Amino acid sequence: MCALEAPFEEPIEELRRRIDELEGFPPGSGRRKELKKLRSDLEKTTKEVYGRLTRWEKTLVARHSDRPYTLEYVGCLMTDWVEIHGDRAHADDAAIVAGMATFRGRSVAVIGHQKGRGTKERIERNFGQPRPEGYRKALRVMRMAEKFGLPVLTFVDTPGAYPGVGAEERGQAEAIARNLIEMASLRVPIIVTITGEGGSGGALALGVGDRVLMLEYAIYSVISPEGCAAILWKDQQKKPEAAEAMRLTAPDLLELGVVDEIVPEPLGGAHADPNEACRAVGEALARNLEELEGKSPDELLEHRYERFRVLGAFDEKG
Amino acid sequence: MAWFKKAKRQRPVGRERPRSQVPEGLWVKCEGCREIIYSKELLKNLRICPKCGYHFRISARERIELLLDDGRQKELFAGVQSTDPLAFKDSKPYKDRLKSYRKQAGEKSAVIVVEGEMEEIPIVLAVMVYGFMGGSMGSAVGEKITRAIEEAIHTERPLVVVSASGGARMQEGVLSLMQMAKISAALARLRDRRVPFLSVLTDPTTGGVTASFAMLGDLNIAEPGALIGFAGPRVIQQTIGENLPEGFQRSEFLLQHGFLDLVVKRTELKETLARCLRHLLKMPAKVAES
Repeated sequence: MCALEAPFEEPIEELRRRIDELEGFPPGSGRRKELKKLRSDLEKTTKEVYGRLTRWEKTLVARHSDRPYTLEYVGCLMTDWVEIHGDRAHADDAAIVAGMATFRGRSVAVIGHQKGRGTKERIERNFGQPRPEGYRKALRVMRMAEKFGLPVLTFVDTPGAYPGVGAEERGQAEAIARNLIEMASLRVPIIVTITGEGGSGGALALGVGDRVLMLEYAIYSVISPEGCAAILWKDQQKKPEAAEAMRLTAPDLLELGVVDEIVPEPLGGAHADPNEACRAVGEALARNLEELEGKSPDELLEHRYERFRVLGAFDEKG
Repeated sequence: MAWFKKAKRQRPVGRERPRSQVPEGLWVKCEGCREIIYSKELLKNLRICPKCGYHFRISARERIELLLDDGRQKELFAGVQSTDPLAFKDSKPYKDRLKSYRKQAGEKSAVIVVEGEMEEIPIVLAVMVYGFMGGSMGSAVGEKITRAIEEAIHTERPLVVVSASGGARMQEGVLSLMQMAKISAALARLRDRRVPFLSVLTDPTTGGVTASFAMLGDLNIAEPGALIGFAGPRVIQQTIGENLPEGFQRSEFLLQHGFLDLVVKRTELKETLARCLRHLLKMPAKVAES
């Protein structure tokens, strides 16, 4: 048996195995009663386990390969999807998907990281680590959305921008910086949803908006716990300590004012019930979008500026 | 075996000196050409190796002296300093680190903002202090640079920012990341008001600083040989598992790839910046007096 992606799920997995096994048996001889008991145990255990996740354990949930990715949210919540490709300068980056869709009766532009499932697709999508052309594609689509007055919905889920030779040659830093300044001044509503891993600048480059929503077990941080541990503790194995210290979970970020709203996940995390996770995201998006659609572009920009302007904590003396 | 265990002579405990700054000794070894240079000569030469042109790092205060005209300089927002919003602790509490860096660098934060004149052009100048936690950007740095931008908007003075930074400060977590968005949003307003912004990149400028304001100048200007990039070279080397090409992520490399407007020697920096500003401000060039 392969190791669990989230080792603390072992008791949950065990119960699921027993339920599966029992379901394969012919009915009778108290099977129904036993199943009922196992299912209630499963719920209880899941609640217990998920009720006391550490920040590092939440990081593992945020990275779980069964979590819904951008295209699942599109598939579940939207219709008439048209994916569009390329940055018109260098290439198409499959680590970011972008396009147009109908969301509850209106056209929207959708941009998000896409990690890929299975080895082949993951490699094609570079594990969701964009190169500059990905960010430039995103910007092109945002500008088009602005031109035609479409709201922009972004979905953030990346370990980070890709640290490679080609990415540096083509200006990874410039591409990220450009998105920050342009997103700050885009004259249509932008709603950002942190769905999994908010990996530093690579996440922020799709992360400036009027509202920032965050899934219950998603994370968002300035550096990965591994990276932080390697630099500050000089030991990558101290990643649980680094995750604790950086306060990278949704409740932490709500408290710091970095996110506006936490989208609750189904029991056992979004990977346990992707459809329910998508549904909750859809509700939150619809509600926030309705609020923003009533505002003029100038109002949007003023509020967006203030929203980010107040972030940070410092002293002033003398 | 005994001589293995022989206690090493204790090194004198002293102030840790930031790398590449000129030590007080009479002679210095150049990191560029490995030649021995007379340190007084180096100082006279703005800390540029007279033999190979290697640019040693200089302090933020020296930089301000270098770029602004004498007199009429006013430091702004000097009281803004970091707190410890996350109560962060690794091997040492962040609070203690801040204290020791304040003492060591003699500055309250990793950026200094000044109002002054550059060849008689009134400007707002922000200079990052690499000696203060590697010039890393936390909330205080983000706030000071944002205020510098707002000051430039308010007074319609051009903005010059000299970067030297390892990137966002880990000890303030995601709040450091948010400074990138906050500063970029302020720069969008500066752009709308058509106030010039010159970004000067010095050794080293990496991470979240490069990926926000340092790359957003109307002109991006670097000193020769400066390390400039998004990811650090070590991280890239680990990712690709091979050695990096010669000159990778240096100023000249970025110029070649189209991300810098100019690479300018320190000795010509002030003059070049002022000339650019005069063009952007449509100020008549100084006519040589006969």
